[in-house]
Amino acid sequence: MLKLDSGYNIGVPPETCQLLDPAPSIEQPEQILVDQDSLLPHLSIVSTGGTIASKIDYRTGAVTSQFTAAELMRAIPGLGSIGQYRTVQLASILSENMTPSLWQELARAIYQEIRGGAEGVIVTHGTDTMAYSAAAVSFMLKTPVPVVFVGSQRSADRPSSDNLMNGLCSARAAVSDLGEVAVVMHQTASDDRCAIHRATRVRKMHTSRRDAFQSIGSSPIGTVAYPSLEVNLTADAVRRQPIEPELSDRLEERCGLLQFVPGLSPDILAAYDGYRGLVLSGTGLGHVSTTWFRQLGSMIEDGITIVMTSQCLSGRVCDRVYDTGRDLLKIGVVEGGTLLPEVALVKLMWVLGQEKDEEKAKRMMAADLRGEAPGRSAHGL
Amino acid sequence: MDYKAIGLKAGIEIHQQLDTAHKLFCNCPTRVRAVDEHNAEFRRYLRATESEMGEIDRAAEEEMKQARLFTYYAYDTTCLVENDDEPPAPLNQEALELGLTIAKLFRMTPIPQVHIMRKLVIDGSNTSGFQRTGLVAIDGVLPNGGTIESLCLEEEAAQRVEGPIFSLDRLGIPLVEITTSPCMHTPEEVAEVAAYIGMVLRSTGQVKRGIGTIRQDINVSIPEGARVEIKGVQELDLIAEVVRREVQRQQQLLWIRDRLIEKNASIDPVVQDVTGLFKQTGSAILKKAKVILAIRLFGFGGVVGHEIQPGRRLGSELSDYAKKCGVGGIFHTDELPAYGVTAGEKAALIEQMNAGEQDAVVLVAADRKQVTCAVRQVIKRAEMAFLGVPEETRKMLEEGSSAYMRPLPGAARMYPETDVLPVLLTAETWDQVCIPELLSARAERFHRDLNLDAGLAHQIAYSERLPLFERAVDEGLKPTLAARTLLSTLKELSRDGVAIDHIGDDQVLAVLHSIEEGKAAKEAIGDLLRALADGKSLDSALEALGPSISKDELSGLVSKIVAERKDFVAERGMGALGPLMGIVMEQVRGSVDGKVVSALLREELKKQG
Repeated sequence: MLKLDSGYNIGVPPETCQLLDPAPSIEQPEQILVDQDSLLPHLSIVSTGGTIASKIDYRTGAVTSQFTAAELMRAIPGLGSIGQYRTVQLASILSENMTPSLWQELARAIYQEIRGGAEGVIVTHGTDTMAYSAAAVSFMLKTPVPVVFVGSQRSADRPSSDNLMNGLCSARAAVSDLGEVAVVMHQTASDDRCAIHRATRVRKMHTSRRDAFQSIGSSPIGTVAYPSLEVNLTADAVRRQPIEPELSDRLEERCGLLQFVPGLSPDILAAYDGYRGLVLSGTGLGHVSTTWFRQLGSMIEDGITIVMTSQCLSGRVCDRVYDTGRDLLKIGVVEGGTLLPEVALVKLMWVLGQEKDEEKAKRMMAADLRGEAPGRSAHGL
Repeated sequence: MDYKAIGLKAGIEIHQQLDTAHKLFCNCPTRVRAVDEHNAEFRRYLRATESEMGEIDRAAEEEMKQARLFTYYAYDTTCLVENDDEPPAPLNQEALELGLTIAKLFRMTPIPQVHIMRKLVIDGSNTSGFQRTGLVAIDGVLPNGGTIESLCLEEEAAQRVEGPIFSLDRLGIPLVEITTSPCMHTPEEVAEVAAYIGMVLRSTGQVKRGIGTIRQDINVSIPEGARVEIKGVQELDLIAEVVRREVQRQQQLLWIRDRLIEKNASIDPVVQDVTGLFKQTGSAILKKAKVILAIRLFGFGGVVGHEIQPGRRLGSELSDYAKKCGVGGIFHTDELPAYGVTAGEKAALIEQMNAGEQDAVVLVAADRKQVTCAVRQVIKRAEMAFLGVPEETRKMLEEGSSAYMRPLPGAARMYPETDVLPVLLTAETWDQVCIPELLSARAERFHRDLNLDAGLAHQIAYSERLPLFERAVDEGLKPTLAARTLLSTLKELSRDGVAIDHIGDDQVLAVLHSIEEGKAAKEAIGDLLRALADGKSLDSALEALGPSISKDELSGLVSKIVAERKDFVAERGMGALGPLMGIVMEQVRGSVDGKVVSALLREELKKQG
């Protein structure tokens, strides 16, 4: 590939090229030093990568994550007037490469930052699996301060990127009165406000729109207006508390999530041999074909916890309405209530990591621990 | 003026919208909509980003002086790609093939692998903040011996509705951008080359027609001057004038440079706050302003007010630069008293500034932040006056003068479009590209082979109705009749307010066939088309014409009409032919050829005479 004087790139076969002069050295632009205001709240930025920190990679021609947290501060002017920052680069990956063990490292890093005096923590994360990581941290860490996950849907190298607004809104949320784990992203197609979503109720609902993240079955717990950066928390949002952070970072990774589709043979369940837990994403109120009952029953007898959620995403699982549902309950399937399937998976990993007793684990799955399973179903979708 | 002797160098960049089914990077139609049809709107901010080389483009930086919120109108014919809420689809193949056809017409060399780039544009006209563009071919030839440097495929920008509001219907329509080398040396030559390129583009039959679908940017420089790009020249007729006025502007700026050096001019680095002087002023602008700052320019007296182009002075250039900070403009002592500023106020200003007769004072009025920015801009432009002509992108004003837009963009505004894969252009693809006959060649052929007179042949070849004309000829219709109907009759009807859009191509041809088959006279074409435009069928329109009439019946009718008007005929002699013609034609209602009637009448009148 050649870059012409006009700035255009063109591709030519290498064998037709001849080097006339060695490439001129490119002057590195001056790095702007980031000034920190020592009177502002202490915030930590934990970066894991993702679009909010992405730049072109000339090897593949696609965008990859390669910003450090410090570069991120440079890329988002205005952060400096909200807080003073410590930056931790935990990973530099696209979020599809996340793993449960990285969730654990993330929870530990955030815990350390809070122990170290951070008054709020911002986690930059790829949007694809941000909801999983945020939910996982939410279960593993009891936090006295805001822990805010943020990303961007449109790459940071475009003038229209949502990274600036999302970044500033997340920083403001991190100095607000919030006291739980949240995701802060565009609320609308316009650059007018970000929504603050509870980590255990949020889901990426669009592949590319800025407002892809939505709270499912409940309202966001707050908003950050732009450009005023005014934060509004709902009554439901957990506030800062004068408590010590608590870390319970054990996870049972041998858990799976399986979406039932019409006609799917129960043979697929054999693939989960050796697992400790399985979340089913069933149809409607929480069903799978009756042809699955025998295998499910024997798995439960073998000590595997099976949790039923719904592929409707919105609404509550209720296996007491139809016969098939009642039969599922009879063989010991746990109703997932309003749990989102992915959140149910993360919760199951965490619950089984904490609790060896099957019955206690089942009760924990049914309880509302981090606002993930509200007892009331709000109106509407 | 002998432009060759002056050393004029000019080039053009032509942007032509392509008439493809879909946009360049999405599957939306390329239809332009009425603004009130928009069904959604959203608001966004844009900001300059670094190129992959780590630089910020100077033109983009200039636009960033004001952080602005843009509003976009979306339609049921636009999608998330225009909203910058979805990655682009692969490059439109139809547009690429058309681009290659045009490249071949100019005998260009195709690029082996086309890479789509993002050209930074943050004036709001692109939701993404960049315009996608790819270099497709290089090195073309022009009839004047000049060369075409490049042919690019680009996305059209969004249309500005007003202020910071843009309409997304136009965003993403494919454009070809053709850039010539600076190979033209007279204003007329620039106009000729623009006309030639336009003709070649239209020869494909697949480019959009009408106002705004083709735009020319003109590059002009003279020795000691600088390369200046004037954007958005839409009318071909104005091109030469734009070049003439730019040459004049550059010459005058050079004259100003020499005067300033001769007068040992300079700029006072100390800017004074003169808000207090204008407490009681009658000037609405100054009165409204929170802060008024004054800049003293030593030796600039008379120079700031010096005309550099019709309607433009050095002061206008200072003002354009200041406007980038959001102020409405500037005042300078060369033009005062005016705009509500009195001679007394001017004298007080000069006194406070301690300005001499040779000096000029520039006033900037607005709020504190804007004024500080604007003062810096005025000083920056005034400093440039010592160097002559700054390299700039300018926009054309009515009549052909121009105003400053931004510095010439550099290569730093190009960034690879990471969401679109490069496209390979193989030798095979290139060989398969067919080139259409040029309109100029077609006009000659019509004249030669179809016996159209040269003017008519040219007119129909360059007309939008060319495809229909060619169909008419293929169907055996008389070329002259078809050409006249398509060019004159339809145009006249349209002028009379007839909804000719309602008449389909097939219907037009059916009318022409009915004439050739003798079902109606050619005088009836207008009436028939009128009836079709009203939604009537051709059959009922033919019936509404007079019943077909035999030659004997016609001569009887003619004799009768002449006999009834004996006195009139006696008085006027052959002069009665015209008026009587009208009466006969009205009675036969288009069922007879006017030539036949005229011959019969003439005979009858001769008998009477």
